Amino acid sequence: MKLIYKAPDTMTEKDTTYCPGCPHGIAHRLISESLEEMNLVKKTVIVWPVGCSVFGYYFIGTDAVEAAHGRACAMATGIKRVHPESFVMTYQGDGDLASIGIAETVHAAARGEKITTIFINNGNYGMTGGQMAPTTLIGQVTTTTPYGRKPEANGFPMHVPEMLATLDGPAYVARAALDSPQHIIQAKKFIQKAFSAQAKRLGFSIVELVSTCPTNWKMTPVESMERARKEVLPVFPIGEFRVIKGVE
Amino acid sequence: MEPKVIINEQRCKSCGLCISICPKKVLRISDKINSRGYHPAELFDNENCISCGFCYLICPDKAIVEVRRPEPVKQGG
Repeated sequence: MKLIYKAPDTMTEKDTTYCPGCPHGIAHRLISESLEEMNLVKKTVIVWPVGCSVFGYYFIGTDAVEAAHGRACAMATGIKRVHPESFVMTYQGDGDLASIGIAETVHAAARGEKITTIFINNGNYGMTGGQMAPTTLIGQVTTTTPYGRKPEANGFPMHVPEMLATLDGPAYVARAALDSPQHIIQAKKFIQKAFSAQAKRLGFSIVELVSTCPTNWKMTPVESMERARKEVLPVFPIGEFRVIKGVE
Repeated sequence: MEPKVIINEQRCKSCGLCISICPKKVLRISDKINSRGYHPAELFDNENCISCGFCYLICPDKAIVEVRRPEPVKQGG
């Protein structure tokens, strides 16, 4: 029997605290596989956010620190500058990165810090019970927008990679999705490109992963993947928005 | 024949994503109950599994541990 796939050892045997069907686990696996394939596990420091993935350091067996809400990029900047030989990445959700931490993220990108950010976009604040996030779609019902998000009262969804792509600091800016095997294979390629941008010291790299939240969307995991494909991906299209020379 | 998909039943949370994505429909939710109270997924039709690995790619809980493909049988002498 030929081995086609084997789960990465970097992802630990501890049971995840995520709801059934939550794509956080898929993102963890893609990161673990990419770190193993690029021989980065031993020198990696992951800065974990506040949110559902707050216990991420139990699930990926690398060195880790836990940042205050939204401040992962600021903390990663400090670690990378003190230990330039280490591989520093942050893992953040949309409430963490796009709302309270947008200033830290934009300035880390503008400074061209040699760090990598993995940004999980599930359209709401998952851990606290499904409040509206900056990436909530127009018309989407959340606990703080019970009649749907209205542009006149709640504004428009925020497209973080498109926004950061206008800056000169980032080396690699992309968006991928975790809704189907095809998109997951593509997401892994984007993550590896982002990692290589840091390994070659080219600048800031970020990959947004369009994700789901079955519990707070009040859907089954299968229905939530379908919703991500039909409703979220037209608003947040997959693509590479900034690739500087040397990233591969 | 050895199973082509190895499932860690203790880690499975019965989300059903692997079953929805399987092109040959060879996976199902079993009647067993694991220590966390979920019914884990199981491979009930090993013969028809094509080892595509879609279940591994979509599994969010590292419950699909390995996917294997049989070596092709050499014809003739």
